[in-house]
Amino acid sequence: MNPTNLLSQILEWMPFVLQGFALNILMSLLAIAIGTMFGTFLGLGQLSPGWIIGAPSKLATQLFRNAPWLVLLFYCIFLMPYQINVGGISIQLPSWLRATIGFSFPVAANFSEIVRGAVKSVPRGQWEAAEALGYSRRSTLFRIILPQCITRMIPPWMNLYALLLTATPLSMIVGVEEALGRTQAAVQAQSDSRVLIPMYLALLAMFFLYTWPINRLSLLLERRFRTK
Amino acid sequence: MITDIQTFFRELAASGVNLTIFYDAFDFDRFVTGLGNTLLLILASSFFSIVIGAAGAAVLTLSKGPAAAVVRGYVAVFRNTPLLVQMYFFYFAVGSIMPVGQNEIGLPQPLIGSFAWAVISLSLYSGAFNVETFRAGVGAVHSSYEEAALALGYNRRQAFFSVTVPLALRFSFASLANNLVDLTKATTVAYAVGVAELLYVSNQIWSDSLNTIEMMNVMLLIYLVLTGAVVFIINRVEAAMRLPGFGLGDGQ
Amino acid sequence: MTLSSNSQPLISLRGVRKSFGSFEVLRGIDMDVRKGEVVAIIGPSGSGKSTILRTINGLTPINEGTINVGEIKVSDPKLDQVKLRHRVGMVFQQYNLFPHKTVLENVAMAPIQVLKQPRRQVEDRARKLLAEMRLPDKADAYPGELSGGQQQRVAIARALCMEPEVILFDEVTAALDPEMVKEVLSAVRKVAEDGMTCILVTHEMGFAREAADHIYFTDRGVIVEHAPPAEFFTRASDPRTREFLSKVL
Repeated sequence: MNPTNLLSQILEWMPFVLQGFALNILMSLLAIAIGTMFGTFLGLGQLSPGWIIGAPSKLATQLFRNAPWLVLLFYCIFLMPYQINVGGISIQLPSWLRATIGFSFPVAANFSEIVRGAVKSVPRGQWEAAEALGYSRRSTLFRIILPQCITRMIPPWMNLYALLLTATPLSMIVGVEEALGRTQAAVQAQSDSRVLIPMYLALLAMFFLYTWPINRLSLLLERRFRTK
Repeated sequence: MITDIQTFFRELAASGVNLTIFYDAFDFDRFVTGLGNTLLLILASSFFSIVIGAAGAAVLTLSKGPAAAVVRGYVAVFRNTPLLVQMYFFYFAVGSIMPVGQNEIGLPQPLIGSFAWAVISLSLYSGAFNVETFRAGVGAVHSSYEEAALALGYNRRQAFFSVTVPLALRFSFASLANNLVDLTKATTVAYAVGVAELLYVSNQIWSDSLNTIEMMNVMLLIYLVLTGAVVFIINRVEAAMRLPGFGLGDGQ
Repeated sequence: MTLSSNSQPLISLRGVRKSFGSFEVLRGIDMDVRKGEVVAIIGPSGSGKSTILRTINGLTPINEGTINVGEIKVSDPKLDQVKLRHRVGMVFQQYNLFPHKTVLENVAMAPIQVLKQPRRQVEDRARKLLAEMRLPDKADAYPGELSGGQQQRVAIARALCMEPEVILFDEVTAALDPEMVKEVLSAVRKVAEDGMTCILVTHEMGFAREAADHIYFTDRGVIVEHAPPAEFFTRASDPRTREFLSKVL
């Protein structure tokens, strides 16, 4: 077989792999949405002065931040039910959805730290000034501190998303048919060792082309916010 | 003593918490092997990733030519693609064109095995992050120190190594600790290329002994201890190297 | 001191120009400093005083003109920097001591590492210099454990230990608390009295007046005028000089 044939053979498999990549993107979008939501609660919880909310929030954040993603993924795959009943309706939980939930835990923990870090980076004087103006702690947080934090949180949040997207192929280990799993299947189906390197390079290129602009933009935004 | 422990865990198993690794010699051995391999992965990859990070940061600081472009390209590629895909690329794709040796009974055996590929892959991945860390550390050292060295007759290279680097290292610890914690967690990915590390052996044990929940909890606990140990060690090194009147927040 | 006009200057600048981007900091500087002379450069902030110093030891490369230190041509692209910086020492506004080295190491490291002199000999010299700077018991301390004034005296000892022919002092008291200014100025005076050629950029008019042999006044990148202090402070001719002096005196 000559190189042109090799190339066309690889191109033939690309739609199959790209469909898998679409699942990577879907999982990452869902997980970032869920993770950001719970991460916000955890992060604000960490800032709570009382220990009833503060301590569990800190504990959960540290636990899910320091546990390997793959271990959390195993927990969700093996210990979550295949279907759940909500108000008489049974909802199927296919493995890609359980994997997505598995990814949401570390995302939430990391976002919790982003929220805490951003709030802590606001100078103490702002709290004192607001207190002097008669603001309560709660309304200081929501009306004065958080609005300043949003811009500071965007670059690390984008980095977190990029990190999440590059973690999604881990779900292949637990049987999700995403881009890496499909690349492996494609390589096996072709049973030609010459396609190995180009097939994997194509897969790396897919991830790079999606992730690199995100990290790049995050860096630009960070520099822009810093100079302000 | 040992029999007491075994008896205790046998009784515990009877009541529903089945920790075979504490009473079954076979499972215990497997588990210890896995833990040992995980520790080896962490140590070897940490070492090489720090070497890569330091070398990369030195190139980025001292050279502006093609060498710097190569380092920037390396960092961009390895930071923006999945570790697992990188590892598969090395193990399956690059491994397929590597020379094959023979083992002692004459069967073909790859010269670079799965453990070595895992170390290579983890080191390159984590090394890319360390390049950025050390580069930022160098950036945090105020240029007046280098200038003072230049005024004393040091050339750029000497000034970099004897003044900038020792100070930059002290600005890098927090970020380095972060990277090494991530590396510790990432060693689990070696599972995918069949390295018998902690996750891999735990999986074997729970498949055989049907104690998934117990093994997962033990494993999670161990990883929390390991990441805690990494942070503790880095903090100790940082404290030992702390300089009076010089620290984060005051660049002077 | 009598300045015989026919003796060769140790340092001479001719038509030195320097731009940072589109901003021209030095717009043609001429200056001569003879051996043993103490020269003070004064002028408003941003007038290019510090840049003049930094061009003399080659820290800031120039765009035009020539600078000579002895027989060394500083603007020569093939300049031997070690040779130049062996002859020209510098003390900075922010001291710039190396925080990871002890006081003794700070003073001794460059002669050992750069000039390749024997360690024992350099350390003996360094201790003597620290004693002269009235810091004999601080040799093993780290810079961060010292006051600003002490750090600056270590920095002076560090410059002296290279045994240069001239030392550039760049606003060496500007970063200090008022009570420490005096101790550093008396250290500088001691260096000058021992016969070292000194060029100092300073805001301390009183010190410039009594310690300097010659005063240069710079404004917006040019030397407006220069004269011995007695003459300079009483009979300044240029209106810009008079305006500046009326503000600071």
